[in-house]
Amino acid sequence: MTHTPDDVASRGLRESATFDRTTIAAIQHAARTGIYDIRGGGAKRALPHFDDLLFLGASMSRYPLEGYRERCDTDVVLGARNAKYPLRLQTPVTIAGMSFGALSGRAKEALGRGASEVGTSTTTGDGGMTEEERGQSKHLVYQYLPSRYGMNPDHLRAADAIEVVLGQGAKPGGGGMLLGQKITERVAGMRTLPVGVDQRSACRHPDWTGPDDLAIKIGELREITDWEKPIYVKVGASRTYYDVKLAVKAGADVVVVDGMQGGTAATQDVFIENVGIPTLAAIPQAVQALQEMGVHRTEGGVQLIVSGGVRNGADLAKCLALGADAVAIGTAALIALGDNDPALDDEYRKLGSAAGYYDDWQAGQDPAGITTQDPELQQRLDPVAAGHRLANYLRVMTMEAQIIARACGKAHLHHLEPEDLVALTIESAAMARLPLAGTSWIPGQGL
Amino acid sequence: MGALSTPVIEDAPTSTINDDDAGAAAAGSTVDVVVHDLRTATVRELNAALHALPEGDSSRWRVLNPDGTHSIAAGLDRPVTVEIEGPAGYYCAGMNQHATVEIHGSAGVGVAENMMSGRVHVHGDASQSAGATAHGGLLVIDGNASARCGISMKGVDIVVGGNVGHMSAFMAQAGRLVVCGDAGDALGDSIYEARLYVKGRVASLGADCVAKEMRPEHLAELTELLRAAGRDDDPAAFTRYGSARTLYNFHVDNASAY
Ligand SMILES: Cc1cc2nc3c(=O)[nH]c(=O)nc-3n(C[C@H](O)[C@H](O)[C@H](O)COP(=O)(O)O)c2cc1C
Repeated sequence: MTHTPDDVASRGLRESATFDRTTIAAIQHAARTGIYDIRGGGAKRALPHFDDLLFLGASMSRYPLEGYRERCDTDVVLGARNAKYPLRLQTPVTIAGMSFGALSGRAKEALGRGASEVGTSTTTGDGGMTEEERGQSKHLVYQYLPSRYGMNPDHLRAADAIEVVLGQGAKPGGGGMLLGQKITERVAGMRTLPVGVDQRSACRHPDWTGPDDLAIKIGELREITDWEKPIYVKVGASRTYYDVKLAVKAGADVVVVDGMQGGTAATQDVFIENVGIPTLAAIPQAVQALQEMGVHRTEGGVQLIVSGGVRNGADLAKCLALGADAVAIGTAALIALGDNDPALDDEYRKLGSAAGYYDDWQAGQDPAGITTQDPELQQRLDPVAAGHRLANYLRVMTMEAQIIARACGKAHLHHLEPEDLVALTIESAAMARLPLAGTSWIPGQGL
Repeated sequence: MGALSTPVIEDAPTSTINDDDAGAAAAGSTVDVVVHDLRTATVRELNAALHALPEGDSSRWRVLNPDGTHSIAAGLDRPVTVEIEGPAGYYCAGMNQHATVEIHGSAGVGVAENMMSGRVHVHGDASQSAGATAHGGLLVIDGNASARCGISMKGVDIVVGGNVGHMSAFMAQAGRLVVCGDAGDALGDSIYEARLYVKGRVASLGADCVAKEMRPEHLAELTELLRAAGRDDDPAAFTRYGSARTLYNFHVDNASAY
């Protein structure tokens, strides 16, 4: 992984693979400051991922669909198991929960605008529901988190679905944090906190523990909302097979599985990089759990939403082929809004970063006006234009997935199946439970 | 708050109130009581009827044979009065707004969790997480409350006649918790701005929670809270606890306290 630059190598110097420059810098930072690194984004290390999978296009043994003429549908229904009003989305790409507080109100508005333009949903986040998002988002999922910051039954009733959050892929087992510089008067007011405190959010729910209690909690949420709304359960990917089974048993209509590449607004780097399993490894576990419970892709079944490092239509198609019903995106949506814009490189450099590297989403100084509460910086984001960029990107992703699906002969994105995929590496083959390309070998499946 | 003409529907299951008139018929009356027997009708029917009441409805309801059923009277948002004649299960009066809920028995986990307003009175003991995350209103527990009473409370007032268990008022953000008996371990751990008043012994205080001076304004608010809860304890016998505010912003020297 390390690469010694030529001028240094020519002097006979060699970078250590163990103590590489990043590691040395981290030790020096810890020694200097006495504090661990907190940042935004997801795992940066290379992991087996969607890039390690390929589709087998149709030819003789399979029949492709005509690229520009034959239909390939993209709609998805989420949460019909118990809810009177399931979500009906035009594309299976949803916007993941990102808190107001982490994001500016204008960024939330832009997410709502972009998603509504293409007929998909957005999700609130820690800290409650904002006017900006409810106003613009046609399909709004309301997160129910351990902190219950801003949790309000009126908002529960105003939502289109409810997502009980047990964890995130970036930090399974961890609570949240929002550093003092982002706790402005408005954020503090919504969370009932003093202005400027370093806010901690609990990692466990305050009024239930374990799956039996969760079943009762879900019952309460249904009672309060008169059984109208789908209830999602979101877990960070770790013991995914068991967690998904327990979530279904507890009554979830939709299970959201977030892999370790999943983004966060603010988490310790050590947590992001070392806890959880890759998205690719989590999907087959989740699908197996749903299949064994007879609720995978069945009438009145439980839908699976996958997130964590989904970037384009190929990733989308691969998730669906592995058995997901939809995906959720966080980081990619922020990039579409304008995060890490090369035009802002000078400003990123002033903050000690650079365009393409900026991950200090915890710091509240975002020159793009997205991950900030600073009144002036926020103004830099035009929610209409940013929302439109997001809509463009969502359309491209959807069309890319359709291109692949048609090539595989599928008239609906959901017709993609594991059969259509092979793996490029032994690791990805074992995790995704797919044959290594050109072989019939699925490592880990016995002989 | 329609016109009222229906007679008292005593001791009958409320299957009858599922037709629209009956619910409205009881509205506004101080005499009529709608009776709902949970042995003959479901909690879903009860909650649906309570949720369907017109805005401002102040009807009176009696729930018979609760037998520990969960989510009784959850999600109310009308100024109704609901009397529950026996033990309630989890999340009784959860997320309450405006309503008065009297539980004539014990209450399960999370009674009045996330209450916004109104009043919930447990004439018995309460299980864990009573009043968890509640933003407003008054929760009165005549008996003891178990662990995590007032956990993450966000503005509610809670008065407990007996003892509270460990981790009570954990991360309590706002509101007031009054304990007329003893408090268990780690009271007020990581507390923010909530104020705690304990008459008896505190087994131990949690991180950043300290005893504080009782100033006249505190005696006054405690007197008022005890009065609202219908208690005659002497306010002067209580000690006030609250946040030392040393953990509000992370500092490496406090690392062991987190
Ligand atoms: C800025 C930001 C804020 C987030 N806030 C929340 C949150 O409040 N609740 C939550 O469940 N997940 C939160 N997440 C995680 C996302 O919901 C999602 O799981 C993740 O972003 C998916 O991975 P991706 O970023 O690779 O698309 C946040 C992510 C980001 C980037």
